[in-house]
Amino acid sequence: MLPAVMVEPTGMPTLEVRGLHKRFGRLEVLRAMDLAFAPGRVTAVVGPNAAGKSTLLKCALGLVRPDRGEVLFEGVPVTGQHDYRRAIGFMPQRAAFPENLTGREVLGLVRGLHPDADEQDEDLLHRFGLESQLDKPVRTLSGGTRQKLNAVVAFLFRPRLIILDEPTAGLDPLASSILKEKLAELVDRGVTVVLTSHVMSEIEELAETVVFMVDGQAHFNGSMESLRRLTGEQRLERAVARLTRARVA
Amino acid sequence: MRTAARILGYEIRNLIRSRWVLAYALIFLALTDVLFRFGGTSDRVIMSLTNVVLLLIPLVSVVLGTMHLYHAREFIELLLAQPVGRRTLFAGLYGGLALPLAVAFVVGAGLPFLYTGAVASDPGALLVLLGTGTLLTLVFTALAFLVALGFQDRAVGLGVAIVLWLGLAVLFDGVILLGIALFGNWPLERPVLIATLLNPVDIGRVLLLMQFDLSALSGYTGAVFERFFGTGLGRTVAITALLGWTILPLLLGARRFARKDF
Repeated sequence: MLPAVMVEPTGMPTLEVRGLHKRFGRLEVLRAMDLAFAPGRVTAVVGPNAAGKSTLLKCALGLVRPDRGEVLFEGVPVTGQHDYRRAIGFMPQRAAFPENLTGREVLGLVRGLHPDADEQDEDLLHRFGLESQLDKPVRTLSGGTRQKLNAVVAFLFRPRLIILDEPTAGLDPLASSILKEKLAELVDRGVTVVLTSHVMSEIEELAETVVFMVDGQAHFNGSMESLRRLTGEQRLERAVARLTRARVA
Repeated sequence: MRTAARILGYEIRNLIRSRWVLAYALIFLALTDVLFRFGGTSDRVIMSLTNVVLLLIPLVSVVLGTMHLYHAREFIELLLAQPVGRRTLFAGLYGGLALPLAVAFVVGAGLPFLYTGAVASDPGALLVLLGTGTLLTLVFTALAFLVALGFQDRAVGLGVAIVLWLGLAVLFDGVILLGIALFGNWPLERPVLIATLLNPVDIGRVLLLMQFDLSALSGYTGAVFERFFGTGLGRTVAITALLGWTILPLLLGARRFARKDF
């Protein structure tokens, strides 16, 4: 009888980028990025400023067109398409909604772009207690409230992949813990999460996998545990600082 | 198409509530009202409005259009993360700005003609005025989008927009006149005609002044235009040219929008 071997589930990655190249003028922002994001995992993309983190996320969303390479969503190349985005929730770093629309109208507008969406997930709306704010024009809402609305939009259409760029920046501690709870629940149900953050404690709390980027390349891609082992640092913040110094110097 | 209409609907709602569009409509309303109060007949009011239309509409459309697109940049990113095509979004954004501006002008300038009853005296002339203003709105909003998409830096973009307006609405005629003064001995009809078609503001001026038989007011280009085409054909050529001036920048803008990195 063969010994039982623990095998990582080898399902198709939710999101994959292959040989991704992007140049803005003279600046090479992404250089031959190869990454795969497995279903049901939370991956944090970390790295110094201008490492290419946002550009990577924007390529995945089709906001930035790569010069070379391709983006695959659930195994299908999606460069230049838009339909696949119905399965992706995106929470940008800063939400800038039209100033004179109410929160309800903003949601209505976004819903209009998902005409075939099934039952929607308004859970966050209730948990944030946002209903009472929905009929006020966006320009009267505080930054934190806008950010909550931003989060509601990202989770609304029951996405299979959620991309968050600095999700808790601007959220108060309560709202940010609600958001993290929600993320954890979804991950348990197999939703894939990719996020960037400068708050290392938050990443330690949320992410299982860390991608460390410098100068448009992934220099580390593995579990939180192996990052600790590699750097000999227990705290992620110190581990990342150590990697950054080693790579940039 | 339905998606574009949806985006357009919300954009219009957003814009109508902004004070800019309201102020823009009120300016036309106040101005037209005052012109009537100072004893203007329908024709005289329309003539007085001509220069306002030719200067103010291009200026407001191009400046507001450029600012609007820069201002919406982050929201555009959010919308583009939804399952929507870029050209669809572009159409919605353009319509969402151009339509409220055009409606603000038509309502603002048109209302006084209604409540003074002046609309009955020369409905054709009023129609030409409102139509030309609407076309100029479409043209300069399209140019604004093209400019805003061409320059990443909003200060640069706004500067280019203003220089564009200055060139087309103010300097262009001076340059033509200079050319005429310098090359007065040459047959200039055709070059001037072509020059006119190269400037949407000039086309608008020709269109507006053709109906008054006032070649003196329409400047050299207008006079040449009318003599060459005559009123009927001239009008068709002018309207077609303005439509071309809308469609061409829109196509270029949509292409730029489709290829842009956000």
